[in-house]
Amino acid sequence: MNQKLRTILSLALFFTAASALAKGAVHEYTLENGMQVIIKEDHRAPIAVSQVWYKVGSSYEPNGITGISHVLEHMMFKGTATHPPGEFSRIIAANGGDENAFTGRDYTAYYQTLSKDRLGVSFELEADRMRNLSLPEEEFLKEVEVVMEERRLRTEDKPTSLTYEEFNAVAYRSLPYGNPVIGWMNDLKNLKVQDLRDWYRLWYAPNNASLVVVGDVDPAEVLALAKKHFGPLKPEPVQAVKPLREPPQRGVCRTVVKAPAKEPYLIMGYKTPVLTTAEEGWEPYALEMLAALLDGGDSARLSRNLVRGQEVAVSAGSSYSAFSRLPGLMLFDGVPAKGRTIPELEAALRAEIDKVKSELVSEQELERVRAKVVAEQVYELDSVYYQAMQIGMLETIGLEWQVMDEYADRLNAVTAEQVMAVAKKYLNDDQLTIAVLEPQPLENNIATSQISGGRHGH
Amino acid sequence: MVTNRGLMFLIAGLCGMLLSLPLFAGPQIQSWHTQNGAKVLFVAAPDLPMLDMRVVFDAGSARDGDNPGISVLTNALLTDGAGEWDADQIAERMASVGAELDVDALRDMAYVSIRTLTQPKPLATAIETLATVLSQPTFEVDDLERNRQAMMTGLRREQQNPGEVAKKSFLSKVFAGHPYAIHSGGTEESLPAITRELIQSHHRQYYVARNAVIAIVGAVDRAQAEQLAEQVTRDLPAGEHAVELPQVEALASEEREWISFPSSQSHILMGQPGMHRGDPDYFVLYVANHILGGSGLVSILSDELREKRGLCYSVYSYFSPMRRNGPYIMGIQTQNARVDEALRVMRDTVKQFIDQGPTEAQLTAAKQNITGGFPLDIASNSKIVGYLAMLGFYDLPLDYLDKFVSRIESVTREQITETLRRRVNPDRFITVVVGNGEKTQEGS
Repeated sequence: MNQKLRTILSLALFFTAASALAKGAVHEYTLENGMQVIIKEDHRAPIAVSQVWYKVGSSYEPNGITGISHVLEHMMFKGTATHPPGEFSRIIAANGGDENAFTGRDYTAYYQTLSKDRLGVSFELEADRMRNLSLPEEEFLKEVEVVMEERRLRTEDKPTSLTYEEFNAVAYRSLPYGNPVIGWMNDLKNLKVQDLRDWYRLWYAPNNASLVVVGDVDPAEVLALAKKHFGPLKPEPVQAVKPLREPPQRGVCRTVVKAPAKEPYLIMGYKTPVLTTAEEGWEPYALEMLAALLDGGDSARLSRNLVRGQEVAVSAGSSYSAFSRLPGLMLFDGVPAKGRTIPELEAALRAEIDKVKSELVSEQELERVRAKVVAEQVYELDSVYYQAMQIGMLETIGLEWQVMDEYADRLNAVTAEQVMAVAKKYLNDDQLTIAVLEPQPLENNIATSQISGGRHGH
Repeated sequence: MVTNRGLMFLIAGLCGMLLSLPLFAGPQIQSWHTQNGAKVLFVAAPDLPMLDMRVVFDAGSARDGDNPGISVLTNALLTDGAGEWDADQIAERMASVGAELDVDALRDMAYVSIRTLTQPKPLATAIETLATVLSQPTFEVDDLERNRQAMMTGLRREQQNPGEVAKKSFLSKVFAGHPYAIHSGGTEESLPAITRELIQSHHRQYYVARNAVIAIVGAVDRAQAEQLAEQVTRDLPAGEHAVELPQVEALASEEREWISFPSSQSHILMGQPGMHRGDPDYFVLYVANHILGGSGLVSILSDELREKRGLCYSVYSYFSPMRRNGPYIMGIQTQNARVDEALRVMRDTVKQFIDQGPTEAQLTAAKQNITGGFPLDIASNSKIVGYLAMLGFYDLPLDYLDKFVSRIESVTREQITETLRRRVNPDRFITVVVGNGEKTQEGS
């Protein structure tokens, strides 16, 4: 009792310290053209990260042009009226910057990390390509080849990725989350530069963007710089998106992926709400807590019971995110241990799920997750990039950055009863999709042949 | 809208600034030895109430000897049972205070690291756990079997990945006859033969204080850091540093290998033994490679293969400096139909670069990128702890980071061409191509 009380008290103490730090000065502005500017000070090192987030991603794409948001992200490096293709990257590099971009289901984002006195360079270039992209056809024709190579690398030749792609395609009946972010190969092959021009015009405008800056900066100066570069950009009417929802699933759904491989692989997913769609605000937090209890490190249940314990899996995981624009899934995946089978692994995962439904999780387990959440709040502050990511992602999926500050409180308030309640409500067969990778022979691989004398040279 | 001229002005301004910059100071590194002989490197980072500690041993797979896989297996087993605790209890102890515990074994290094809050209870719990897993691992037979099987599965999963197949073959050829040729994941023959006794003996020999480097970054002062380092090594025997590894021989002749694989892309690797940590040519080769293939989209390789020809998503080259000359690797993945073109352009590009070296503009741009980006490299505790472990492990001077920028600045074009000709020989590259097997059906 005494011990337990001490733990709670000391946890409370870390938490105060951590959240005071995490809540460090965040400043939010909206420019006259509707662009949102969010600045967070972090004065540990003389650097800053600048990220521009657009509310567009693969979940905005109609059939036939899947992958277009990601191809457009590639094309954003291919020049404007004033900067020829590739110059963006060369200028950032010459300024000592680290830059890249990423596309997700719900967002497309561009970032540079630089010495803090170079923010203006980044703003100028980002503002330019927000409205003035050239999209030359000859560059597009090469770049779409690059993207197809990316698809081959990430998906076509990776049996587990192929399985995940198939899993999503089967799990979602209506939501565009069923399409891969990188797009279907057929759609990439049939993409035209005019499609990209249309897509760019629809979504790339200041009133559909958020600028996030985290680092050793003075907010007033950053705001002035943002006004100077982004302020003159013209807003565009951005079409309202439809409130997509999945129709109810009415029974378990199974699919099999056959691909050359050595090891089988299992993915299971249950339809679950997220913060933007939940009827009960606590439910997504209870689902986050549930995922952490099952797969929050080596002390969590899947590692303890399935990898060690029963030794039915080489690896087993569970994941859920409360943060997306549309409702998602709680996922389970795993690779069977040697001599064990996919059905045995599936049964073991289901047994763990059943246990959460029938027995309240212990207070001790909840406390371990709380300790982790509180500590991670501090650890995350070690990266300005990560801090900016959190802010940008929350804003882009339709929440507010303040959610980040409530997160630990809300998660830590979850009770054992609530964990059981969401498990019972959502983790049931009628909302379950299962995909299995069935390895096909790799055939003659590793049958090597020495090439003597220039078969591939010259 | 700012014009091109405005930007050129900015870049010109930057150029002037770099020349007049004062010495770019790295973090203040303090170093000492524990009573039983472990080297400690410490940087005080008072801003966040957290601490990173990494304890590195010269116990990577270069020490596997006749038992490929033993270094990785030994290292992985440390956290599966130690002192009075089994794997569950170790994991629970750390989780209950929000602390993290990680292990890894590479070719040179094997390490255990922690990340913890610095409040008394988490710090004490994490440090005590670390000290125990380092000095009193139990190596229970059940845990050994489970980890052995996981490594066997790992080997099979590598076989289904063309990139892994290529890398494994490439490294075995580049380092043929040297301990670096050993695959750290072991082999299907070697893993079953590793006994508990062999693992205990491996641990006794290599997990000793004189073979250890401790890197600490966090919100503690020097006195506390000294105390923590003593606590962590308290139960380690002094032991001896691992014996010197043999030199890596340069390749005698070119070799090409084709491995048939049912993938839509072919994975190509080419290269040779490169350079080592502390190599006199390190900075020249670092800058040279940065220009050729080490700077992402703005590198020459990326420009030639990706930007101009749309041949690939990723093309790169890098030196991986180790205790002895680590690999110099150039890599690309391209659709099977374009392998010949990719190989030809890669070869031509590297040969031309060696012949002609960079232009003055390329060299200047590279220096601006590397030196201007230096503050980013040391901007977080996790990056600094990685640097400390590297500096300590490879016996590099403590002012290495302070002098980094001026060393980069001093590299000349003449040095680059002279050094490349002496150190990189495409006529003796190992080339491995994995792919182009039975036609696989591409998605549509």
